[in-house]
Amino acid sequence: MRVAESSAGVGIRIEGLSKRYGEGDAAVDALKDANLQVAPGEVVGLIGPSGSGKTTLLKCLGAVIEPTRGRMIVGGVVIYDDGWRISDLRALRRDRIGFIFQAPYLIPFLDVTDNVALMPMLAGRPNREARARALELLQALDVAHRARAETSELSGGEQQRVSIARALANRPPVILADEPTAPLDSERALAVMRILNRMASEYQTAIIVVTHDEKIIPTFKRIYHIRDGRTTEEAGEGRALD
Amino acid sequence: MISLAGRDILHSWGRFVLTGLGLGLLIGVTLTMAGVYRGMVDDARVMLGNSGADLWAVQKDTQGPYAESSSIRDDVYRDLLGLEGVAQAANVTYLTMQVRRGDTEVRAMVVGFEPGHPGEPAFLTAGRRITRGHYEALADAATGFAVGERIRIRRHDYSVVGLTRRMVSSGGDPMVFVSLKDAQEAQFLKDNDAIVNERARTAANPALNRPGVPGLLEAITASQVTNRNVNAVLVTVRDGHAPEEVAAGIRRWQHLQAYTRAQMEEILIAKLISTAAKQIGMFLVILAIVSAAIVAFIIYTMTLGKIREIAVLKLIGTRDRTIASMILQQALGLGLIGFSVGKIAATAWGPAFPKYVLLEPGDAVRGFVVVMVVCAVASSLAIRAALKVDPATAIGG
Ligand SMILES: Nc1ncnc2c1ncn2[C@@H]1O[C@H](COP(=O)(O)OP(=O)(O)OP(=O)(O)O)[C@@H](O)[C@H]1O
Ligand SMILES: [Mg+2]
Repeated sequence: MRVAESSAGVGIRIEGLSKRYGEGDAAVDALKDANLQVAPGEVVGLIGPSGSGKTTLLKCLGAVIEPTRGRMIVGGVVIYDDGWRISDLRALRRDRIGFIFQAPYLIPFLDVTDNVALMPMLAGRPNREARARALELLQALDVAHRARAETSELSGGEQQRVSIARALANRPPVILADEPTAPLDSERALAVMRILNRMASEYQTAIIVVTHDEKIIPTFKRIYHIRDGRTTEEAGEGRALD
Repeated sequence: MISLAGRDILHSWGRFVLTGLGLGLLIGVTLTMAGVYRGMVDDARVMLGNSGADLWAVQKDTQGPYAESSSIRDDVYRDLLGLEGVAQAANVTYLTMQVRRGDTEVRAMVVGFEPGHPGEPAFLTAGRRITRGHYEALADAATGFAVGERIRIRRHDYSVVGLTRRMVSSGGDPMVFVSLKDAQEAQFLKDNDAIVNERARTAANPALNRPGVPGLLEAITASQVTNRNVNAVLVTVRDGHAPEEVAAGIRRWQHLQAYTRAQMEEILIAKLISTAAKQIGMFLVILAIVSAAIVAFIIYTMTLGKIREIAVLKLIGTRDRTIASMILQQALGLGLIGFSVGKIAATAWGPAFPKYVLLEPGDAVRGFVVVMVVCAVASSLAIRAALKVDPATAIGG
């Protein structure tokens, strides 16, 4: 595992990241020299028009597609460096990255607790310990009263909170959220942002939130704009959530 | 770690159980088919065993008396008794025919035997042995006849005096035992019209009806009526003599064919019921393919219905091995349900079959292994589909 001097204590850092889909005439440069940095405990917004490369950036960070060039550091560990990549991508995704999607994508045949406990179980934790951890998170996210329910019996907001608990379950240094508030009304969307901010500061997690959602954009202290695969950084309003 | 397969099965148990039930009935049919074949083999063995014979002496160049028709003179047994190593020799006849009881008919194999000699049923489940020379019968329980009932074979009425069990022909017809003389009459004796006809024809033949030779015509017609044949002679061998040696002696000296019990079993099982065995084998192959197709289809559609969850599972770091084993376990679970249902069904409906259905534990074990292997193979399609799922699809666009 490469731990560069400069990367210690880094939440997320992307340097000169490029991604080209396809080849020749059909080639699409989805990312062109993108740069981005998120400190532990920070929640950063990533916004941009459709087709600008937001999802591509998340997929690169999430180690499900390989960039063409550049360098990525996740939780203080270099995961990609100009063609070199960390070998165990599955373990990387399991232990160092939490994913939150637009839809909760819970596993329908597991109950609420086990949806969350699955993460530590996959990491080899004993069932009892994994469930205790899950319950703790469900309590923190205010869904512990539905702990033994079927996921299909939960409201949309509750499901989203369970998926956040799942993303947090292995205490990853990084959370990647792709439009996590899109299906929620403004009150619930702000509630999700409140939770993400609280979790970020509580567990020192670096969080990127990809969003179009006008309701939550004012809550970021820092925002990256992405246009045609290029990133620009700007200060956000940082509106208080409590 | 929790069992993902088990949870999924519990979650959609309705679909699972229904599929398992359908598969189970199919497996039940398969087990029953195997049981029918085993029953035929066992029937043949039991019949040979109950005959009490060590050797069967039959007409030369035939594989009688069960697989082919065989006809030999009924005095041959006396010559056999004179042979080295022969303890007992007794005439028997076999004739498959309709036996009437009141208005109903039962298809049965009528066996003629000499009481007290090989060919007599070894034991009775009810009633007594045949004691009178004529018109008494022993019937197998499968005929449905009861002790004391009157049955009709050809031109004569018989009273059932005793019952046997598991005495059936290789065709599965229950046996009815009568005395040798009665059986010979039923089998070989011509009816009155035929006799009158034959007499008239003989009398009209100038070569046989010669005015210069008094008594010739009478002698000829008498010999025609008393056609004394039997189908086989059952022989028991003296202690200290090998059946094969005695059989060789019979073949050499008596211009007969002789079979040992092993050879008879070979004829019955390898030849007589081999077509039936092949037929059943074809069924087994088809049923196995159909079962495999059902399992493959069900597991495949169930997996396709979970593509999104599988992508999420992969994204959050589930090993390919865990996902493959989840699908494999579900297929095996389906097989387990199917096999249990099938075994219960076959056991339940087996006795209702007209022929003996023998469900051997060995066949059940083999069937179980085959079902599990078929399910495992059938799940490979679904496993390939699941392993091809790109975790990136969980993130979406
Ligand atoms: N698998 C792919 N193969 C080829 N081109 C792709 C692929 N995925 C994305 N692209 C292209 O790359 C560019 C960036 O796509 P991306 O999905 O990152 O956009 P986005 O910012 O997430 O857009 P949206 O807001 O609509 O989700 C687009 O032009 C898209 O057509
Ligand atoms: Mg997108």
